Amino acid sequence: MTANGAVLDVRDLRTHFHTREGVVRAVDGVDFSVRPGEVLGLVGESGCGKSVTSLSIMGLVPKPGRVESGEIMFNGRDVLTMSKRQVQDLRGEHISMIFQQPTSALNPVARVGDQISEVYKIHRDLKKKVGKKSAIEMLERVGIPDPDRRAASHPHEFSGGMAQRVMIAMALALEPEILIADEPTTALDVTIQAQILDVMRELQRESGTAVILITHDLGVVAEMCDRVAVMYAGRIVEETDVATLFADPRHPYTRGLIGSVPVLGRITDELATIPGVVPNLMDVPAGCRFADRCEERVPAGLEICTSEEPDLFAVGDDHVARCWLYTEKISP
Amino acid sequence: MFKMKRAVEQAEESETDLLDKPTSLWRGAGRRLLRRKGGMVGVGIIGFMLLVALFAPLIAPYGPNDVLIGKEDVKKREPPCIHLLGCDPEKPQHIMGTDGNVRDEFSRVVYGSRVSLFVGFTTVAVALVVGSVLGAVSGFWGGATDNIIMRMMDVVLGFPALLLAIAIVAVLGPGIRNTLLAISIVSIPAYARVTRAGVLGIKELDYVAASQALGASKIRILWTRVMPNALTPLIVIATLGIATAILDAAAFGFLGLGAQPPTAEWGAMLASERNNILSAPHLLFFPGIAIMITVLGFNLFGDGLRDALDPSLNE
Repeated sequence: MTANGAVLDVRDLRTHFHTREGVVRAVDGVDFSVRPGEVLGLVGESGCGKSVTSLSIMGLVPKPGRVESGEIMFNGRDVLTMSKRQVQDLRGEHISMIFQQPTSALNPVARVGDQISEVYKIHRDLKKKVGKKSAIEMLERVGIPDPDRRAASHPHEFSGGMAQRVMIAMALALEPEILIADEPTTALDVTIQAQILDVMRELQRESGTAVILITHDLGVVAEMCDRVAVMYAGRIVEETDVATLFADPRHPYTRGLIGSVPVLGRITDELATIPGVVPNLMDVPAGCRFADRCEERVPAGLEICTSEEPDLFAVGDDHVARCWLYTEKISP
Repeated sequence: MFKMKRAVEQAEESETDLLDKPTSLWRGAGRRLLRRKGGMVGVGIIGFMLLVALFAPLIAPYGPNDVLIGKEDVKKREPPCIHLLGCDPEKPQHIMGTDGNVRDEFSRVVYGSRVSLFVGFTTVAVALVVGSVLGAVSGFWGGATDNIIMRMMDVVLGFPALLLAIAIVAVLGPGIRNTLLAISIVSIPAYARVTRAGVLGIKELDYVAASQALGASKIRILWTRVMPNALTPLIVIATLGIATAILDAAAFGFLGLGAQPPTAEWGAMLASERNNILSAPHLLFFPGIAIMITVLGFNLFGDGLRDALDPSLNE
């Protein structure tokens, strides 16, 4: 375990994609840590580097991507310096992941029960019979009715919600320290979403697994997370506990995000939006990445925003924001 | 609140309904195949041929190489004599006549099915195993491995298949075993290419990423995830490949490079009697028909399988 008691500590992670057109800095200096048993929300709009961050932790960055620098300390060991074999043993047993499209994340030709018991086979070398029994137990724990019979079914017989339960059963079969959930409910309809989140939270509490919940849905964040890290254009821009984030968001981007969620019952002609678009990650502007779209920069009379990038400044107890509004150092 | 709860319950209910009977993908394919007339005719023909090959000693009235001169009152190249159809009961019955060496043609055609089916199945089995492993490794690992393997396949493909096979037999010497080898080698690239194409698509899919995230090794992913899912087109081309292999083997026999006399092999039987097509047409007709029916059977079955294994055609 690291000094601050975190089970996972990501420091200055940079993952770049070397394409023919140029280098895409998908993740460009991300720091965050996950404490044992907590649910950390990783929030941001599409293309801000959430998924690439999680794939970097798993050691599964697809080509032509590469982790350029930084460290990912898992229980005091740097995942980035481990051998391929060591990382492979880590996956599934200590760090698991579930995906956005549950129906396509299951092998269509294998029975569901066999797919779950395969996890035991890979990491524990359990006999098939024992693995099968454990698999059925897991199916029961994630709330699949008639687990004995369902274990013999193929994935195409499962609906999205049921398939996601199976994925959760697979991911949590060995009670890993960390579960990375990459938009686990985005592909499901709303009533099923709530059920899946309930199952996740229940099992997470039982097994003490820490969860990194990647989402762009602030409702899911409010419901599930203990702490939240907001990402923008490959960097963390704000990190704090969930209550503080919604009560007292500091970064202008976070404020924009929360402001753009429509409120039930309030009648408006137009939905609130954040003006502008995400900067091109191939050619990141100097200074704050959000400067172009920031509605607080001009009123505050800040010049530094377009020339120098802010650090994560402490704006409260266990609350940091990457914004020049919160520092004494105004002149360059 | 109450309404919401009911909605949730209903959603759950409909979900469980959906999942009522566990069926396998293969069972569905089998059902679709049963509904295809062409495919079923193919199954019938193949089944019939397999039975004939299996029970050849019981079906054939004579041994395939029994020379009947001096044993019976027959001459060489006698036309068919079937007692039921009014042939003189005094004469011995030969339903397909006798060949140039006074052997019973029917017995030879029956025993010939053994050679043809053996060649068909073994060459395809060898080519399928070697080709799909090469293709899978090539597609899955990519890079230099892919380049080396696929360029080798391109070299093999660069020659006309039968010509290359003839060259291989010319080097190794004629005979059944070398024919098998030659036909296998020339059909490897087809399987390698189809497998590689399938693997290239499948390795990008979510369930491969998901199994990586569970800590599965590359070999395990290849065997349990990628290969089973790339299998469907392979089964179809393998079935059609059996037909081609049987045809090739017959061609080899005809050219005198395959089965050597006195082995009863359809192609060789055609070749040895080709000069007597006018005086004894039955000696070309029956082995020729046997080749045609067998090849037709495998082709019909292959086409039926292709339709049956495509779930998008599910009616």
